[in-house]
Amino acid sequence: MTQQSAELSPQTVLDELKKNGVTHVVWLPDSETNWLYLLMQAEPTIDLITVSREGQAFSTAAGLAVGGAKPVILIQNTGLQESGDSMRGWTMGMHIPVVLMVGYRGYTRHGDNSDTAATYTEPFLNAYNIKYYLIENNDDAGRITRAFEEADKAQGPVAVLVGDEFHGFNR
Amino acid sequence: MIHTEEMFKVFAQYRGNAIVIPGRGGRHWHTITDQPSRDVPLGDPAMGGHGSFGLGFALARPNEKVILFDSEGDILMNMGALPTIAEKAPPNFYHFMLDNEVYATTGGQPVPNAKNIAYDVIAKGSGYPYTFSFDNLEDFTNNIEAILNAPGPVFVALKVHPEVENVPIGQRIRWNPRTRDKVIEDLQAAIGPRK
Repeated sequence: MTQQSAELSPQTVLDELKKNGVTHVVWLPDSETNWLYLLMQAEPTIDLITVSREGQAFSTAAGLAVGGAKPVILIQNTGLQESGDSMRGWTMGMHIPVVLMVGYRGYTRHGDNSDTAATYTEPFLNAYNIKYYLIENNDDAGRITRAFEEADKAQGPVAVLVGDEFHGFNR
Repeated sequence: MIHTEEMFKVFAQYRGNAIVIPGRGGRHWHTITDQPSRDVPLGDPAMGGHGSFGLGFALARPNEKVILFDSEGDILMNMGALPTIAEKAPPNFYHFMLDNEVYATTGGQPVPNAKNIAYDVIAKGSGYPYTFSFDNLEDFTNNIEAILNAPGPVFVALKVHPEVENVPIGQRIRWNPRTRDKVIEDLQAAIGPRK
């Protein structure tokens, strides 16, 4: 694995969103998404909608999707867990195909978590029967497109867990 | 206080071909509307989300006028949606709120601080450029045409009579003849594909 592919670049993520025709990113910032935010802000084909709490992202995405737009939800695993009822009612119950790009705060790959946000992320998704993929570097980018395909098939949310911070945050 | 059904009868005269999300007023609106395919009676997918749903739809369809009848209980659950709506400032979005001061569907318990909250002031403070508050039908009737002819986003707080339900959920009569999926299917057929 080359140095470049060992990293996950925000440009790679943005390219995948554009490739899949995303029109809106409904999001709430976390410690790892600043560089992606700067790219998205400069991208003319994507409209950013900042919510105040992550549950609002699901109802906003539902409205966008019913109107024919193609939203993505970009939140941290903490906010994902806060959003349970909203996710259930506004995307699962309404059969809204939407990809959730979820920052996997606390993920260590070896299960020895000091952050309970990571401990409960996958059990949470499994409890809701939501399919999810893990991406950690640029070579994993194709899983983002898989997630879009699965969301269309499932007519519901599919998650992409971002297991590595976007290199460049600590620039 | 305003009777919701009477308010809708006045509103209907100025609806034009707007998309109407009737929220908890749906039980009255569905007997008044003459364009059901352009109505979005979703019931209650999850409390607190109608404002954000209305925002999303209005942003996806900037050429459609989108009129939402939200409720104070829902807004209290997600007041953070108001700044987001105000920031995106969709000029085609008209955000009405039916404030009956109670959780009517659970037996009429009061919402927190029910008689002392000025929701129009909160909306204004969140950045809505135009806000109104009406507690009688006459003032609403005298202003509704001008409100709907001006650009949004607009927030209109309406004090309405509570219609408390004490019947057990399993015994309530379902007023909506369409499923949620059918509502969305009919709407999407009516508005066509997004350009």
